[in-house]
Formats: sequence, C-alpha cells, structure tokens
Amino acid sequence: MEGHRLAPEHKLIDENGKRRDGREWNQLRPIKLEVGLVKNADGSAYIEWGKNKIMAAVYGPKEVHPKHQVLPDRALVRARYHMAPFSVDERKNPAPSRREIEISKVIREALAPAIIVEDYPRTAIEVWVEVLQSDGGSRVAGITAASLALADAGINMRDLVVGCSCGLIDDTVVADLDDTEDKEGDGDMPVAMMPNLNWVTLLQVDGMYSREKFQKAFELALEKGREIYAMQREALTKKFFGGEAMTAQVEEEAA
Amino acid sequence: MPMIERKQVVPGDVIARGDYRWGDYVEKRGDEYIALRIGLAEVGGDGIRLNPMTGSYIPRAEDQVIGKVVDINGFGWVVDINSCFEGFLPASFVFGREFSPATHDLSSKFAVGDIIGARIESFERSRDPQLSIRGRGYGKIPKGEIVKISPTKVPRLIGRHGAMINMLSERTGCDIQVGQNGVVVVIGPPESTPTALRAIKVIDDEAHSADLGRKVEELLGGTQTGA
Repeated sequence: MEGHRLAPEHKLIDENGKRRDGREWNQLRPIKLEVGLVKNADGSAYIEWGKNKIMAAVYGPKEVHPKHQVLPDRALVRARYHMAPFSVDERKNPAPSRREIEISKVIREALAPAIIVEDYPRTAIEVWVEVLQSDGGSRVAGITAASLALADAGINMRDLVVGCSCGLIDDTVVADLDDTEDKEGDGDMPVAMMPNLNWVTLLQVDGMYSREKFQKAFELALEKGREIYAMQREALTKKFFGGEAMTAQVEEEAA
Repeated sequence: MPMIERKQVVPGDVIARGDYRWGDYVEKRGDEYIALRIGLAEVGGDGIRLNPMTGSYIPRAEDQVIGKVVDINGFGWVVDINSCFEGFLPASFVFGREFSPATHDLSSKFAVGDIIGARIESFERSRDPQLSIRGRGYGKIPKGEIVKISPTKVPRLIGRHGAMINMLSERTGCDIQVGQNGVVVVIGPPESTPTALRAIKVIDDEAHSADLGRKVEELLGGTQTGA
C-alpha cells in the first residue's frame, strides 16, 4: 500500500538506469481508459493503469439525503474511494480504513474545483471509486477515471482533472511509481491538475526532497499528466463520437 | 448562407477566441470560450452554441414536461419530472382562485401515480420548479406507453421544425408526446406502437450519427414491408 516505507528488498533501478519493469525513469506504465460501463450510473469510467483496475461511477445531481446536509446555493460533492477485499494480496477488510477515508477526502477535493457546483443548488453529486485491483498510484488513477465519469454524467465542468504521481528512488526523480517502488522507494508525490486551467488540485508529498528534486518531480508530474490528459480525451471522443475527430465547416441551416 | 464551424468538444476545451454571444454550457474566460460539457459546439454568425451529448434534465421556465404525480399535500401536487428537482403544481393553478383545501378534493383531479403533461411556470435556484397546466394539451395523460430518453437527445427526436416527430407519427399512426425532460408518451394502435418505441430508442442511441434520418426511415420502412 501507498505510504509505507520498507527497507529495500529489490534493486529498483539497475546499472543501465532501467526500472524493475524495464521502464525509463520518466516512463508511464501502460494506461487503458474506457467510458460508460456502469449502466445504472449517470456516468462511469474504468481505468487500467499498470496493475491498477479501477471503476469510477457518478450519480447525480440528485436529491440530498439526509436533508440537513443540503447546501442552498450549490451542489454537495461526495466521494468514496474503496478497495475491494480482493484487490490486494492479503484480503482487505471491506470496512473503510483510515487510509481510504483520507483518500476519499482528497479525491473529493481534487474533483470539486472542476465541477461548477453553483449550477446545481440543493443537490448532491456522488462519486464512487472502486479499486478492483490495486497497484501504486491508485488515488491518481481514481481521480483520472472519476473525472471522466463526471464528464460522462453531463455535469458542467471547468476542465477535466488528471492525476499522476512522481517520486524519488535513491535520489533519482522517477515518474509513476508502482507498488514496490512506492513501498521501497524514497518518496511519492501524487499530483492532480486541470490541464487547461493549469490548476493543481492535489499535491501530496511523502519522503525527503531537496528543493531541486521537488521542483523536478512536480514538473515531471505535470508533464506526464498532460500525456494522460490526451488519453482521457481520446476515451471520451471514442465513446461519444465513435473515435473520429471532427471539425467541420458546415453550411448554416435555416433555423 | 454564412458558414458555421462545428466541432467536438470535451469539458475545458477552447471553442473559439474573440467576441461572440454565447449560450448554455459555455463559459467565457478572458477572450476564450470554454466548453463545460461533452458535445458539438457551433460557432457561427449568431454566436456560440453547445449541444451537449449527455446530462440530466435541469428545469427551465416555459419547458413542456411530462411527469408523474408522486404526492399530494394540502396545496397541490408533487410531480416527479425526471430531474433532481421535484415539480410542484399548486392547486390554485388548477381550481382557480376560489380554491380552498376544505372544499376541493385534489385527488379527484390528479391521483398519485397519474401521468400529467405540464409546463414549467417558473424555476429559481432557491425553490423547486412550479408547474402549470394552463393551455392546450396539458393535463392528465390517461393512456400510452412511457419511455425515457436522454433529455439532451430531445431536440433530435423532435427534429428541425418537428420533422422527425411528425414523420414518426405519420408513419406509425401513433400520437407521440415529448417532454423536454426526456419523458416520451406514445399513444397508438398496438401493432405499430412497438415500432415507434424502437425508432425512439434508435434516435436516443444514435443521436450523434449524421445519417440518423436514414436509419429511422429504414427501421420504419422495414417493418411496413417485412411484417
């Protein structure tokens, strides 16, 4: 799991500068995104990012229950991050853990700035992130999928939100840590951002960074985030427009 | 005729730069116009328009909706209008100004479970939308098949100047009532109603396709000769 540092058992970067799975320092794991799989949700998305397999679903805007939580001028955004009992090697207790409660909070706060909550007064927008198989970087994968689910639900958004993590291994900045690198490496830095607005909506840091390393890791996360953003766009275009990009000059029809 | 530019957008995309009038689902940021939804954006002489591909129904004054009565209180009917807001039809709009809860029986007019056609009289952010049944064609819908489609596809189902809905009606012999909230009621003979429902489903599923008209024609034509 994220956040635990152990004594290194594995050599995380070999003499050629390659990582355990053969990646370069700045290379992402393979990512697959799909939009609209949960039939009963208003919007949904599925992401496979390395060994992560995560389902995100959005319900709403809908009525708020319990009623005393209603916000008179905007929507209430709820998020739940949950790991399935079978998502890790050793069975995980399905009750929300301290870690899951924290991640639910940061996912909510990473997504909420993108949603135009003022357009939906007195309603609730619920985001469910279910981790079916977990690897390193599941919170940023969850955010990436959840923002697609929100767009799929047709909720007014300023921008998509994309997450990416970076980290430190033996004083080397690397992109997109997997589970082992997260546990045995020297630092993890999940970042979420809105790529068009250039807003950062999540920045967590674990480990000790020099100023230069911090700067480098942060900028690498933003750069890689933009790569993932291109994949998000592709997934949305595929679902809604059948994949073909289109800008057309058409003759104005009489309205 | 002036040319309009049409392009696919996702939330956060810049639709155009410059000086335009702009409609719903578009935000102005500096001199950029930003899309807030997935959809087709049109930039033309009369400004920027975004036709969203997905989204739930948000009431708007003057919309015609079809809803279901879910509750009756002393002052009117609570109506489910397929939205996150519940519509309220005040009894005084139905019985007139002389309405009094003591003398009028609300359930004699509309009972819980009734389907009604109504108009959104007013809707403000702070209160639930108010409905009205004043005008022709509103009121209880006693029979018919109800289907829900995505509210963003309603303009495609109606078509330009009602072309699509008129064609459907004529070819199937069904009376089709469409609410802006995505609720559709089909009233017609039992042999052609399923065809109409199928056609509505096709329009809902393939609203974005350019040859939608042809697909619907095919469906309607096929059943006429085939069955």
